[in-house]
Amino acid sequence: MTFTKGFKDGIPIGLGYLSVSFTFGMMAARAGLTIAQAVFISMTNVTSAGQLAGLNLIAAGAPMLEVALTQFIINLRYALMSLSLSQKLDGSMTTPHRMLFAFCNTDEVFAVAAGQKGSVGRRYLYGLIAAPYIGWALGTCLGAAAGTLLPDILRDALGVAIYAMFIAIVVPPAKHSRAVRLAVVLAAALSCAMYYLPGLNRISSGFAIIICAVAVSALCARLFPIPESDEEEDAA
Amino acid sequence: MNWSYFLPYVLTMAVVTYLIRMLPLAAFRRRISSRFIRSFLYYVPYAVLSAMTFPAILYATGSLPSACAALAVALGLAWMEKSLLTVAIAASAAAFAIQVIASMI
Repeated sequence: MTFTKGFKDGIPIGLGYLSVSFTFGMMAARAGLTIAQAVFISMTNVTSAGQLAGLNLIAAGAPMLEVALTQFIINLRYALMSLSLSQKLDGSMTTPHRMLFAFCNTDEVFAVAAGQKGSVGRRYLYGLIAAPYIGWALGTCLGAAAGTLLPDILRDALGVAIYAMFIAIVVPPAKHSRAVRLAVVLAAALSCAMYYLPGLNRISSGFAIIICAVAVSALCARLFPIPESDEEEDAA
Repeated sequence: MNWSYFLPYVLTMAVVTYLIRMLPLAAFRRRISSRFIRSFLYYVPYAVLSAMTFPAILYATGSLPSACAALAVALGLAWMEKSLLTVAIAASAAAFAIQVIASMI
């Protein structure tokens, strides 16, 4: 489990991030951010859904509390991933290293790390996050720089990439699990209702996402609680 | 955008996101015992991503027909469990094709 092995495992993630962060960089430039500002967001936040929601809120001049709350809810899933991964780290991952690695614990990095046999150490994990972090920052830079040079028609087409990626993340688990399918469909329906229905559509987009996520997740947790043994298997 | 307007927002986002990732990893090493909370956390990513995608994806390309084409392609390829990169590029290509066709009519 060397740095090189981790780095190689991270390359596909980095390539995927390159294209998605390109779209983010383009959107950031369109929202009025400079190239440096777009790259600054990506290098300090390292999260696709959170950054996209944050960008919309910044552009809309939303209150700081709404921005903080939105990030909290959207990124709450990382708490579960970090918790699960904490059971899998070997002795080389002392507290300072845990604190450093946590900065880059994205969905895909977590998925690959959790998929390794046995425990994982710091050399492997630092190797694993290298390519995704570089890809995320570089793609944002290219997108923010080239976004304004691209013809409108191409720029519009690329604007859909980030949402297509979200669909690619939720659909396969929804296909295999009735409970996840319910969560995905209900959240989409509720979000559409809050966007189109008069009265409800006065709620800002950040709070609409929070309300959808909390209501749907609580309902699904009540109706379809996950099996008790899940996390012990993950940690094993 | 003005840095004095931009910076507080981005630092707030970064600190909140980092603490969520770091605290469970560094401090809280015991397993969450509440089955409801573990189940709730399990569903959060799916609900968040779905709520962020719908109906926003319909307005992501500048025209409804091209957005619908991209959505259909994304749903189809995701159902076939293609990689994130494949789904993202194919959906963009579909939107682009419809835009080109529409501009020629």
